[in-house]
Amino acid sequence: MLSNTSMLLYVLITAAAVIITRGFTFLLFPAGKQTPKVILFLGKALPCALMALLIVYCLKNTSPLLYPYGLPEAIAIAAVILLHLWKKNNLLSIAGGTILYMILVQFVF
Amino acid sequence: MQTASRVLNHLKVAFPRTVPILLGYLFLGIAFGILLTEKGYHWLWAVFMGLVIYAGMGQFVAVNMLLPGVNFLNAFLLQLTLNARHIFYGLSMLETFKIMGKRKPYMIFALTDETYSLLCSAKVPAGIDARNYYFFIALLNQGYWILGCALGGLIGSLLTFNSTGIDFIMTALFLTIAVDQWRETKDHIPVFTGFACALLCLLLFGANHFIIPSLLCITVCLLILRKPMENREAKEKAAIREVDTDAL
Repeated sequence: MLSNTSMLLYVLITAAAVIITRGFTFLLFPAGKQTPKVILFLGKALPCALMALLIVYCLKNTSPLLYPYGLPEAIAIAAVILLHLWKKNNLLSIAGGTILYMILVQFVF
Repeated sequence: MQTASRVLNHLKVAFPRTVPILLGYLFLGIAFGILLTEKGYHWLWAVFMGLVIYAGMGQFVAVNMLLPGVNFLNAFLLQLTLNARHIFYGLSMLETFKIMGKRKPYMIFALTDETYSLLCSAKVPAGIDARNYYFFIALLNQGYWILGCALGGLIGSLLTFNSTGIDFIMTALFLTIAVDQWRETKDHIPVFTGFACALLCLLLFGANHFIIPSLLCITVCLLILRKPMENREAKEKAAIREVDTDAL
């Protein structure tokens, strides 16, 4: 175990690294100055692309080659998308999909 | 009194947006609290880390590295690369945060994956100050995270409910946001680019190292596709204008 002083230093160093990554862009493009057009383009195009990346990230340990072949994930994903297209209610889609997924991994597969 | 009721009003509007994060962060935070206290650290360390680091992935990796003789420089560099994706989140928030004034430093500090996803899809309700709406979304989320860390550290080992699969809540959140984005945007090139680059990099670099290559790949592809995307948008706008003049 680290001593309290070392632990404090360790936590602060980790915090500093996170803050640097979160603040970097804002330091590079200060609010007072005109942000380059290409950066504004990226700012508009990135959210959709990054949401796709986050979804892939969530599923990164799902293997389609090993049992249960990603079936619980596929079924739950389909459920979330269909629920959301149908009812357009965030909470319903998220809760419905997650409960279905929990039932699938705990009792079915 | 008036300020208090205004704050309460804004909280009431922001809260429903954050409920999925409430559940997700409580679960993840509890898992984190258990992990840290199992290593012999006081539960207040879990709270402190949630307060000053406030990064899910970052905190889990930080605990995994917590071994005697941990090299602080290595830890710092690893955290920089692990969290580099936030640089890209910042790009989409440059315009949004311009209005934030005094709240801006906190907004930047609190820009987690989940808060980013909510801010991307947040539509400010009528009669609500956008600055407070965004601010309370960010603040509530960190509150849930700290609460989760504390609960995990305090009572985590007493919880016996079978929570296998509850982590799907984050997947479901990102999916609903992606569906909303699909409905609200005409040009679907970015989302296809995102999936294609992420899947390709996952195959090439493996589950533990594909985030940074994916981010670079996505950025390069979008920059290459910029001209065709902008040309198409300009054409569509011109077509709409033509229809308008015809109607006149």
